Amino acid sequence: MQKMPAWADAVLVPLISLLLAAILSALVIIGIGENPVAAFRLMVDGALMRSAGWGYTLYYATNFMFTGLAVAVAFHARMFNIGGEGQAMLGGLGVALACLYIPWPHWSVSLIGTTLAAMLFGAAWALIPAWLQAKRGSHIVITTIMFNFIAATLLNYLLVNVLRPKGAMDPATARFPEATNLPTFRDMFSTADNVLFRGTPANVSFFIAVLACVLVWLLIWRTRLGYEIRAFGRSEPAALYAGISPARITMIALMISGALAGLMAVNTTQGEAERLILNSTEGAGFIGIAVALMGRSHPLGVFLAAILFGFLYQGGAELALWTTIPRELIIVIQALVILFTGALDNMVRMPLERLFLALRRKES
Amino acid sequence: MTVPAIELIGISKAFGPVQANKDISIRVMPGTIHGIIGENGAGKSTLMSILYGFYKADSGEVFIHGKKARITDSHSAIAAGIGMVFQHFKLVDNFTVLENVILGAEDGAPLRPSLAKARRILTELEREYELHVDPDALISDLGVGKQQRVEILKALYRQAEVLILDEPTGVLTPSEADQLFRILARLREEGKTIIFITHKLREIMEITDTVSVMRRGEMTATVRTEDTSPEQLAELMVGRKVLLRVTKTPARPGPPVLAVEDLRVTDSTGVERLKGVSFTVHAGEVLGIAGVTGNGQSELLEVLGGMQLATGLISLHGQPLDISGKYANGRARRNDGIGHVPEDRQRRGLILEFTAWENMAFGYHHDPAYQTNRLLMNNAAMRRDTAAQMGRFDVRPPDPDLLARNFSGGNQQKLVVAREIERNPDVLLIGQPTRGVDIGAIEFIHQQIIALRDMGKAILLVSVELDEIMALSDRIAVMCDGQIMGERLPDASDETELGLMMAGVKGKAA
Repeated sequence: MQKMPAWADAVLVPLISLLLAAILSALVIIGIGENPVAAFRLMVDGALMRSAGWGYTLYYATNFMFTGLAVAVAFHARMFNIGGEGQAMLGGLGVALACLYIPWPHWSVSLIGTTLAAMLFGAAWALIPAWLQAKRGSHIVITTIMFNFIAATLLNYLLVNVLRPKGAMDPATARFPEATNLPTFRDMFSTADNVLFRGTPANVSFFIAVLACVLVWLLIWRTRLGYEIRAFGRSEPAALYAGISPARITMIALMISGALAGLMAVNTTQGEAERLILNSTEGAGFIGIAVALMGRSHPLGVFLAAILFGFLYQGGAELALWTTIPRELIIVIQALVILFTGALDNMVRMPLERLFLALRRKES
Repeated sequence: MTVPAIELIGISKAFGPVQANKDISIRVMPGTIHGIIGENGAGKSTLMSILYGFYKADSGEVFIHGKKARITDSHSAIAAGIGMVFQHFKLVDNFTVLENVILGAEDGAPLRPSLAKARRILTELEREYELHVDPDALISDLGVGKQQRVEILKALYRQAEVLILDEPTGVLTPSEADQLFRILARLREEGKTIIFITHKLREIMEITDTVSVMRRGEMTATVRTEDTSPEQLAELMVGRKVLLRVTKTPARPGPPVLAVEDLRVTDSTGVERLKGVSFTVHAGEVLGIAGVTGNGQSELLEVLGGMQLATGLISLHGQPLDISGKYANGRARRNDGIGHVPEDRQRRGLILEFTAWENMAFGYHHDPAYQTNRLLMNNAAMRRDTAAQMGRFDVRPPDPDLLARNFSGGNQQKLVVAREIERNPDVLLIGQPTRGVDIGAIEFIHQQIIALRDMGKAILLVSVELDEIMALSDRIAVMCDGQIMGERLPDASDETELGLMMAGVKGKAA
């Protein structure tokens, strides 16, 4: 028996959660003596009403799509990959090495190379926790979070001691060669007399993220591997019965997850910074968890949730810039959204289910 | 006239569109054992949950000893003198019997006085009802039969006058069940009232004074047990005439198909679960493995189905199978022609969150017929096959897009049986084929097993229901403590002998 219609589960629950988060945020903003309506207007204005705003919103959304998909794929195998952050950092290393040491003739060719490098490095960083989980039973929640720290320290070492050009003051690699610079939205969509997306970092990797959403959908719902991942995620004893190797699925699912997280570096490192800097991930690996939760681990949901979080990021930056609302409060608002859409899901879902049951009883 | 101990009037309860209880009225006289029988999903458990305060009835009234009672939760049920023994015990494994008995009924923060009082009362109860359990034993050290006694003691300690037992014999050996029945008879003598829920006709006939039959949320009849017969009850339960015996011709066994020699399994804690099991199954026969739950039958099926590693030899048509593989080779077993209906369909046989058509390909998802090309699966082909199989096996509702969770137990089992039989295996492993399955579906599944046998397939049947083993098997092997105690022919043995063998008494050579 279906408790409530699918549309309510997919649309109504997240919308009501969002509304609750918005109301609570508004109360907080009133509490510090600002006008929530004006603040919201400012966020929308800054993030969605001009192409420059969209240029940032979509740039952030690209990151969140990759990390959100990464978490979602692992969720389908009932694994909690909190290592997106570390896997994305290592993806950045892969992108940097590919850009710096391979003489690419054109950005399009380099993009293929860096995409592969990012996936390879991200997957490799997920491989060790995956192997430990599959063979030794070490819980990946513990190991992947540890690997975030290891990744940060490793990158710190490499950037300070190995990859930093002689004489440079900051821990970062040299600028990538011109031929690897990706076209930004400004390059792609502006005409001679109408400049769009001025000065914004959104670039061609957004389309790779969209493509990744489609491919993940195909993988999960249309391929045998996806079928096995979902079966394993729903019942390990049943998977064993069906001849699906738990160790194999654990390894493969986590490596796909790591590869997706690694892909984020194409956007940040090659697309935006054009060199590898410290902490290039800026917590996007963790936001991916919220994005996957809110998107119900479905690629379309992840796509929409990523854009929402992109909006929150960009709108939040606008608030910090134009009002006295401190930056910390933006994080409070984002946290409220995560809390309501992710952690407090049942608080909204259960009353709704009861409501739908009552409605249906009245009909019958 | 005496006042009924329990009287329910016009109880109705709906879960969304499902009417679980429809206008149910029932009177249970004090000092009697009242049976409630019905198929899975008939509403027995819902009714008892209303009486015990887990659910609130949409309408209807409850009278206890003639007084109208408002039962809002289990506390008020206990206060009203109602005790419940659940099918799955609610005991803390690493607590002693005494600690479990007082759990939730302590007199205050310091435990010592409560424990002393409980020990005194327990000794009295023991004397009064012949319920012997060591109060200082850890629950984890007790067998299921003893654990069940602790549950009964818990209820009596809370001064229950009315005891509800939900499918109490499901986990017991025949002799443990007999002991339970003696305890129940004793409780009845002492004036307690017992409501006994079961789906087993034999138990109703054996122990109850009156019996109510439920079907699809309605109470179809309440009769005195001595005025009825198993056949009549079955008909009332299902709503049509049912064959209680399986009709089958004598087996015509062919050559040996599956041979097992000296199979040994040691679990992760170092306990040997199979201690050198050997047997042979021939084409065209059903070998039944009888035994009480947890004596190695599950491990045997897991090894044969490729889910667990073992030492020893398994050969199929004389060819040894690889059983030392690194991981699951359930896929290899299927390719070899071994089908498997696992003991626990909800945990192993099905993915409850998958649709029927996704489940129908489960384990056979490598079949080239289910691939559109090298990358994508052919969902349309799976749906089509599923629709056809659902028709042939009378799965209701015949909707391939319904989640497995939303089918009844019997129909879930039909899905699994259909999937495995339709692959035309040489060997069918089938564990607890009718556990939690309604009578109508039992009849159907038994017929399918016999039909497969008559096609010349080798069938290994594992069941804890001795009746089922006796009815279906052409030969019976009894397992106890990881060993085969002996083999018998169903006609040349009886329940007493098999029961003794199940309890570990070596039978005389056949």
